[in-house]
Amino acid sequence: MVVGPSLEELLNSNDQPGPLRSRPSGRELAIFGAVSLVLVVSLAIAPAKNYFSDWRHLQKAYLKLANDRQGGTLVRNFHGGIRQTWIPSLGVVDRCETCHVNQNGALLGSAGQPFRKHPPIPHDLGQFGCVLCHRGQGAATSVEEAHHTTEAWEQPLLPARYLDSSCGQCHLGALPGAPRLNEGRRLLSAMGCVHCHVVAQPDGNVMKPDDNPPPLVHIAEKTSREWIFAWIKNPQAYAASATMPNFQLSDQDAADISAFLIAQSTPSAAVKNAPPTAPSAQPAATANPTEAATLYGSLFCSSCHAVQNAAGNLVGGNFGPELTRVGSKANPDWLRRWLKDPGQYEPDTRMPHYRFDEKQITMLSGFLLAKKDDDLLSKVHLPAANADSVVRGKKLVTESGCAACHQINGVNPPQNFAPDLSRVGSRALSQIVFVPGMKHNVHDYITAKIHDPRSFGPALKMPKFNVTDEQIVALTTALLAQTDRANGLPHELLLSAERKPDYHPGGDAGKLMEDLRCLSCHSINGHGGDMAPDLTREGSSVQRAWLEEFMKNPNTLRPALIRRMPKFNLGPAEIKTISDYILSAYQAPGFDSQTLDAHAMDTDAAARGKQLFYSKYGCQACHIADYKNDKGYVGPALAGVGNRLTPVWMYKWLKDPNALRPGTLMPNLNLKDDEARDLAAFLMTLKAKQNGGAK
Amino acid sequence: MRLQLALLSSALLLPGCSRSSAPKPPAPTAYGIQIAEVSGGKQVAAVGSALPQPVVMQVNGADGNPVAGALVSFRGEGVDFNPAQALSDASGQATAAVRLGSAPGDYQIVAETPKSGGGSAAVTLRETALGYEQKLGSEVNDKYCNRCHDNESTPERVSNFDNLSPAPHLYTDGATYNRISDADLLNIIARGGPALGKSPQMPAYGSTLKPAEIKALISYIRAMADPPYQTPGVKYGK
Ligand code: HEC
Repeated sequence: MVVGPSLEELLNSNDQPGPLRSRPSGRELAIFGAVSLVLVVSLAIAPAKNYFSDWRHLQKAYLKLANDRQGGTLVRNFHGGIRQTWIPSLGVVDRCETCHVNQNGALLGSAGQPFRKHPPIPHDLGQFGCVLCHRGQGAATSVEEAHHTTEAWEQPLLPARYLDSSCGQCHLGALPGAPRLNEGRRLLSAMGCVHCHVVAQPDGNVMKPDDNPPPLVHIAEKTSREWIFAWIKNPQAYAASATMPNFQLSDQDAADISAFLIAQSTPSAAVKNAPPTAPSAQPAATANPTEAATLYGSLFCSSCHAVQNAAGNLVGGNFGPELTRVGSKANPDWLRRWLKDPGQYEPDTRMPHYRFDEKQITMLSGFLLAKKDDDLLSKVHLPAANADSVVRGKKLVTESGCAACHQINGVNPPQNFAPDLSRVGSRALSQIVFVPGMKHNVHDYITAKIHDPRSFGPALKMPKFNVTDEQIVALTTALLAQTDRANGLPHELLLSAERKPDYHPGGDAGKLMEDLRCLSCHSINGHGGDMAPDLTREGSSVQRAWLEEFMKNPNTLRPALIRRMPKFNLGPAEIKTISDYILSAYQAPGFDSQTLDAHAMDTDAAARGKQLFYSKYGCQACHIADYKNDKGYVGPALAGVGNRLTPVWMYKWLKDPNALRPGTLMPNLNLKDDEARDLAAFLMTLKAKQNGGAK
Repeated sequence: MRLQLALLSSALLLPGCSRSSAPKPPAPTAYGIQIAEVSGGKQVAAVGSALPQPVVMQVNGADGNPVAGALVSFRGEGVDFNPAQALSDASGQATAAVRLGSAPGDYQIVAETPKSGGGSAAVTLRETALGYEQKLGSEVNDKYCNRCHDNESTPERVSNFDNLSPAPHLYTDGATYNRISDADLLNIIARGGPALGKSPQMPAYGSTLKPAEIKALISYIRAMADPPYQTPGVKYGK
């Protein structure tokens, strides 16, 4: 028999309350163990996370690579750990170089990311950091958080196709090497986006439209209600190159709008000033088609206007509207009046006032009216307009914002019609309503919005523009440049766009030049078009006889060029007025009779010049001095240049072409003074065969 | 480790194209034994951009005739294809639009088709992405140099190439250009043909272009060379 407590009893006795216990129970031990384990583990999380972090692995991988390739020095000089670029003035805190350790290319040979050398750019990498251009989360220390959108951070890396946009934060004007940005900004103006959207740049410049939408105040003279209907239903069905967007109007809406537009139309000055018995001859009957086509060609209408050819390609410029189907649009009487003097119908038109005679007008209008597409209007049968449809039409025109672009009687241009896009590149994702299934980032949002605005809601007002995918990428690039960051940059970093002064020539000549719309194509004192040569220094450049002859009968100077100066049928008095003005007003500083020693330009000099032309400088690679032997079709032909240019101009031009015409293709050959003089002497011997311009 | 690195770097290379669910490849209805390029190789575009033309491949059978319904898969590091896999059409052709990656330089594109007896046939194309510097070079080239160096002349932009004697070598002529050092390229561009004993019809641009523009031109000329230009100096195996 067992006397006294058994082992079990002894063990169990602990269950009974006692005054003092010397050993913890098993359960307590277990709990204690678990708690300390949790503590140890939780204390270890931070160092472990650090130890197993992406960047440590990458730095180790880099060291291995560096050791394999360059061994000692590179490895010795490497400082591990988190590396950071901090630029307070730009708001940049970047840790990217913690992993991208080889941006400067210290590691020889090629390497994949993250060790690729940064491609050369014109900036010091440390000067601006990484996120300013690439976006992403500079302060992040994991691969995922640095590159992608996460819950807490919403800035993913910018895909490479939009990278130009980052340059645009400081470079507010055109930037060489950033074609997307430049194209996007051009499109914002040329597609007319900025009629409705304000796009202000950080320097305060507000982008201006450049698409010249026609005023509609006299539209009933120009075209029919049926054409308006067809056009607003689908502008590109009439002209493939039209920039007018598609408002996706119902037949009813389009019928009402067209009714209103006809109703609001008032007579233009052209009609008011027309003789009471306007000739309403049937032009097509009197025009000889081939002769008319030749006239159209010889007037170089196609420098500005395009026509679709049989293969469906547009041939011609895009400065004026496309004329492929103009016969389905234009009212014959209006067309005659327009050709006679376009400014009477549309005072601000870019189309020059040609001095056509009646025969030319008949031929041209017949030629144009024959450009018809009978399918365009054959199915358009509109119910007669009534007061109701006109009222509804006006309401629709007002609501759709037509007057933001077009001048319309009785409808004021809307203010703040569309969202301000000045900072759209930084728009907070929380403020954006995404379509289900869309990626949540700003660039995809902008792209989708341009691609199909109504996919965000059928009631939205933004119309659908006729743009290619590449144009959308360009537009998105330009808009992504509009960031909060750009607006906070130090002002000395901003490089403003060149602002064009609003130059207008004065006096009688100025009035005439305005009438001829010289500045639609030529530029003077920084104002005007870029289709034809800059005339700012023309008066120092050309000889009077040549200038007068050229205006009478413009020949091209570049044999291979398709754009040419049109013939305006100017009268002798008009030619004298303009020539006098050009020769006195458009002179270059430092050009005077003392610049060149005329005696030194003798036959010997000319002979030396000829040698330089053909042998030392190979000028015949681009220019033709002699039509028999030379084949340089790139620069202007120089046969006859002795009648065209002044010797002083030639001399100065040869010395530094870019100083006289910034951006010219002619290289500065760094000629010595006597070389330039001898070449000028040679060029002066190249006289035209017959009197007249260079042919 | 190397695998991990490769995975990581490909993750970094493809920030924009991490598609959540890759579309299922179409099931082939036929098999060829050979695949060939129809068009689309050797194109040039800015980094991250779509190539101007799609790549078109053709699958042929044992008899040399085109095979319709064969599966063609496209791949290339950092390159985005639309579609990445396609069946050849009635004329045996499969087409994909291509968007290059974010790093400047050459991209190898592989188009592959499974063969009837197992295994596969593949062909590799080369495409070139231009970074900022090369883009700048290409703009300068378009403006100043292509008037003589482009062998195609259009009414909009006339080139005098055909009228030049001697005519310049095309930039794609790697055999010629890869033998000219950077210093000599700089020399001929800045000081004209005579600087290298060549024709004076190659003008000097040293007083016209900025040094950065000439550097960009050289960078662009290098990018165009075929076979590709190798930077001189130490070379490391893969
Ligand atoms: C007026 C015509 C012309 C222009 C403009 C021109 N080149 Fe040339 N270039 C030539 C000719 C001709 C040669 C060939 C010279 C020879 O082989 O003797 C040449 C040769 C070269 C060469 C040497 C390779 C070769 O084919 O021999 C380089 C490099 C070159 N040019 C670069 C340029 C660059 C860069 C520009 C623009 C800044 C430019 N060229 C503009 C005509 C031109």
